[in-house]
Amino acid sequence: MTDRVGIVVVSHSHEVAKGTIDMVRQMVGNEIPLAYSGGNPAGGLGTDVASILAAIEKAWSPKGVAILVDLGGAESNSEMAIELLPEDRREKVVVCNAPIVEGAVMAATEAAGGGSLQAVRATAEELSPR
Amino acid sequence: MAHELTGYLVDAAVGTIRDHADELTGLDQAIGDGDHGINMKRGFDAIAETPEIKTLPLGDALQKAGMTLVMKVGGASGPLYGSLLMAMGKAVAGDPAAGDQVQAMLVEGIAAVKKRGKSDAGEKTMLDVLVPVGETLSSSLSRRLSPAETIANLRAAADAALERTKGMKATKGRASFLGDRSIGHIDPGARSSQLLLHAACDAVAGVLRS
Repeated sequence: MTDRVGIVVVSHSHEVAKGTIDMVRQMVGNEIPLAYSGGNPAGGLGTDVASILAAIEKAWSPKGVAILVDLGGAESNSEMAIELLPEDRREKVVVCNAPIVEGAVMAATEAAGGGSLQAVRATAEELSPR
Repeated sequence: MAHELTGYLVDAAVGTIRDHADELTGLDQAIGDGDHGINMKRGFDAIAETPEIKTLPLGDALQKAGMTLVMKVGGASGPLYGSLLMAMGKAVAGDPAAGDQVQAMLVEGIAAVKKRGKSDAGEKTMLDVLVPVGETLSSSLSRRLSPAETIANLRAAADAALERTKGMKATKGRASFLGDRSIGHIDPGARSSQLLLHAACDAVAGVLRS
């Protein structure tokens, strides 16, 4: 399982984050490390750097971790979490510029096929308008 | 006398954010996602609940306060204000002794916000207050103005800069989805930056008086 890129979903909503990972799991099973973070530190809508860090840890793979985010704060808090990782791990975690649900499904499909972190990110980002 | 500025600064910053939390949320409801006041209040409440911060030299206190915001705010303002304070704190060892050290802190802080937000002045964000304030500090120092004159200039620059965000069109953050409809509203992040600048001026004035 750890020879596959891990996927982390970060949403302002716990339900969106969990629901997205549920959909991914139904499509690609448990072949890849999956984790999610949703909601702010007080349990409301928002994102939480400590929780994102824990999700990255949970989905950690030597091949790296791809993060899918919904809106502004989810992206900046994910980037903040990456900066707080040990230095040798920072290079192996990327935030994908892709729609959260479709991006997570496409990224997970590529990851399950054994794709590299760059390939996983590129597959998710194909969904974004250029 | 030890780290007196830190204590004044924490009290003033926490006080102004608590006093204006509802207003910030109201501004954010107009053009954002309506959580700016509540998020900032959660972050600054967490700073107030970490009494150790007040006992530290300013540089260390800013770094610790910044990390507290990063971990507690839960919105985009957490990493933005967190990066601002952490970069300012790293720019000075201990307590700043002169204006040019404060200037160096602000330069580093603004650079960190630009990097974190992938943004620059003119996009209807907190940078539209911070950047003019930085320029005003620089020009006040080069003209060798007194601390009182410098503080007055900084306050005026922040107020004028905040008002200018009203006419700007947002191209960053949630407000950018509104396009032209963002015009006519003050930016909530610019307002919180202006409030914190006034708090910092109050703190420095407090130290000068004591």
